[in-house]
Amino acid sequence: MRIIHRDKEWELEGRMTVRQAIEKVGLIPETVLAVRDGKLLTEDTVLEPDDEVKLISVVSGG
Amino acid sequence: MRCRKCGKRAAFNMRHHKLALCEDHYLEWFVAQTERTIRKYRMFRRDDRVLVAVSGGKDSLSLWDVLLRLGYQADGLYINLGIDGGFGYSRLSLEKIEAFLADRPEAKLHVVDVPTLYGETIPQVARRKLRGRGKPCSVCGLIKRHEMNRIAWEHGYNVLATGHNLDDEVAVLLSNVLHWQVGYLARQAPVLEEREGLARKVKPFCRFYEREVAAYALLRGIDYIYEECPYAEGSTTIFYKDLLSRLEAQSPGSKLQFYLSFLRARKDGLFKEQAEQVELHPCPVCSQPTSVPGPCAFCRLWNHQPATSNR
Repeated sequence: MRIIHRDKEWELEGRMTVRQAIEKVGLIPETVLAVRDGKLLTEDTVLEPDDEVKLISVVSGG
Repeated sequence: MRCRKCGKRAAFNMRHHKLALCEDHYLEWFVAQTERTIRKYRMFRRDDRVLVAVSGGKDSLSLWDVLLRLGYQADGLYINLGIDGGFGYSRLSLEKIEAFLADRPEAKLHVVDVPTLYGETIPQVARRKLRGRGKPCSVCGLIKRHEMNRIAWEHGYNVLATGHNLDDEVAVLLSNVLHWQVGYLARQAPVLEEREGLARKVKPFCRFYEREVAAYALLRGIDYIYEECPYAEGSTTIFYKDLLSRLEAQSPGSKLQFYLSFLRARKDGLFKEQAEQVELHPCPVCSQPTSVPGPCAFCRLWNHQPATSNR
């Protein structure tokens, strides 16, 4: 599956949950939202090998 | 995961509330929770005139959207800071607000253009005043506070609403605790009451996690500016937010607990001694309240007579 966050992309092998995928690419699940085909995903959603998931950062402020 | 209300596929889960909801029920829940917070802290009523400070980001646009949906008299204020950052940050922010307005013809927006009004962008004035070690954030905060209050005063708004969320509040709280800034702790609250020429300041999203606000914006189709202010990169606030999110990941509800326990302690008088009101007097140049003798910090920044709003 392909995971996209800002200008970075990762290819992950096998099936895993959204939460596992976020942790696998080194992000904190509490700081992003996962979107597939324009739909928001909960962290227990199981991702398939051909899925493309966009991670949207929710952190702002200086 | 299924929606607790209707059993449909859940779109969003809040581990700290043990609550998963579908798109429709999440949007409904979010609006109802905002109304609850407004009432709980007695922020404002339907006959109050509310000025919402909008930046083009998810928090302020979502707040404005919710207040309009709830039927409050809520107008917007955008302050153009003249920040470019290589991608036209301020211009892009205003474009997002204009897109928001296109779908809501009933909404009214005030625009303050700092470079046009005062002759300098925020980065320029920060460089000139040598404040903030290359970061214009303190100058920016000072200018925004002054201009928000000025527009509220000039146009008869008695309430000033900002989109500060729980993550913003706990990051400030952590910073204030780490440095034992008891004066700041005494003043950190969902509502700062109006006094002598200062509009009441309210934070209706103070109990929402940043992630909850982002989910609302996304599900409502609010197109906000994803890019961060170029000067926020590497900021202490973002570092504290990161630390607190790591804690939250291990222990859901930690942020909310931290904030609510603080508010309880504050209400019980823990910072009562530090809450003594500072005496204010009108600035001889702009008439806004100031605690220092002579012109206020804003007027000293420009060294000239401030002009009035351009819209």
